[in-house]
Amino acid sequence: MSELSVHHLLGIKYLNREDIDLIFDTADHFKEVINRPIKKVPSLRDITIANLFFENSTRTRLSFELAEKRLSADVINFSAASSSVKKGETLIDTVNNILSMKVDMVVMRHPNPGAGFFLSKHVEASIVNAGDGAHEHPTQALLDSYSIRERLGEVGGKKVVIVGDILHSRVALSNIFALKLQGAEVKVCGPKTLIPKYIEKLGVQVETDLKKALEWCDVANMLRVQNERMEISYFPSTREYTQQFGVNKKLLDSLNKEIVIMHPGPINRGVEITSDVADSNQAIILDQVQNGVAVRMAVIYLLASKIKR
Amino acid sequence: MSQKLLLSAKEIDIILHRLACQLIENHTHFKDTVLIGIQPRGAFLADRIKKILVDDYRVIGVKLGYLDITFYRDDFRRGEKILEANKTHIDFVVEDKRIVFIDDVLYTGRSIRAALTAVQSFGRPQEIELLTLIDRRFSRHLPIQPNYRGRQVDAINQEKVKVDWIENDGKDAVYLIEN
Repeated sequence: MSELSVHHLLGIKYLNREDIDLIFDTADHFKEVINRPIKKVPSLRDITIANLFFENSTRTRLSFELAEKRLSADVINFSAASSSVKKGETLIDTVNNILSMKVDMVVMRHPNPGAGFFLSKHVEASIVNAGDGAHEHPTQALLDSYSIRERLGEVGGKKVVIVGDILHSRVALSNIFALKLQGAEVKVCGPKTLIPKYIEKLGVQVETDLKKALEWCDVANMLRVQNERMEISYFPSTREYTQQFGVNKKLLDSLNKEIVIMHPGPINRGVEITSDVADSNQAIILDQVQNGVAVRMAVIYLLASKIKR
Repeated sequence: MSQKLLLSAKEIDIILHRLACQLIENHTHFKDTVLIGIQPRGAFLADRIKKILVDDYRVIGVKLGYLDITFYRDDFRRGEKILEANKTHIDFVVEDKRIVFIDDVLYTGRSIRAALTAVQSFGRPQEIELLTLIDRRFSRHLPIQPNYRGRQVDAINQEKVKVDWIENDGKDAVYLIEN
């Protein structure tokens, strides 16, 4: 096993192909560990990790916390809603205060793009980006690719369509970087208003007809419509969005092949995906959640192995 | 660097048969006994012992698993060497079983200490024994001794004992390497 080329996980765009392979190979071992009767290893018992969530999160925060605990790290949690951030403290001050309690690693979610990168330049700790605004969400993209690899054998050469709100989605951006790095073909599909201009520059194709996109792909990653990030209306109504870009059983059955359905959660059931699709065998949504813990264990373990005493 | 042959293929074969016989003496039918090879190098020895038990001594139902101890080691982030994980494969219950750990070289005892912790993740065994091909006595850091040993070797810390297996290295041989 070699080591990661980076000291922080700020985004997929800072990783190379070998990093991704190393993370996945390590995650394979941790996946075996978390299926044992006792799902815990003592590797990180001298590491303290702070989870700083300046933005709401349920599954990512729980997944990180579980990953850290399964590695035996000490964990402290912080959420902005109940903190001194409300009293006007700056990000660097907040984090330096936490680091002075001898914290080795920071897992941070923040509403501002680049917050993790900024922090990595100013504090002495490994930073893991758990989502920065509409920029990147690297561990989500890693667990998505890992889940594709698990279901289809490999990611290279596969055709993946990312459907929905591409404009506001850090999941979409990180996924595009990760999939391209592994040699997959990527299309994005959604209302024109929710597809960023010049996205083709990233080497992806744009398709506005969902049926065509699904007929082309091996995997469809259905994104959530992020109403909380929309100050204006990007489409006339939720009902119209669902009619054009929602996936239902009838649509899937009309395809001449079986595709894999993914969703990063939380699902708006009946909007981007119907219940019968979300709960079908084609959907690997709960596999994604389970793999999330293994992949995050791998990322944390590999970054921690670079912390020198 | 020079290397000295400690055991030839023929000697290794004789020793493995003796170790297999000693296992049979203590475990007879292997009803509640499971063999666990410590990854990576103990796996070759474990495969070989199992093969002798099954092919030469007609012991039936010998269970064999492989245990990786990487995540349980006490030198994580302490050495220059990056720790490399291997596959753990234990497809049986270890609860109340008599486990025999199998490793090629017993040196400081730290790997076995890690293995003792690691195996607890799979349940509470009735007892654990240790079988090792080479026992480097006088170099232990922990109070751990083998129940079955192939050959005792007195080697100083600058020396290294290298075990080659035909499956992996082209031939069976044990060398003492001096730096």
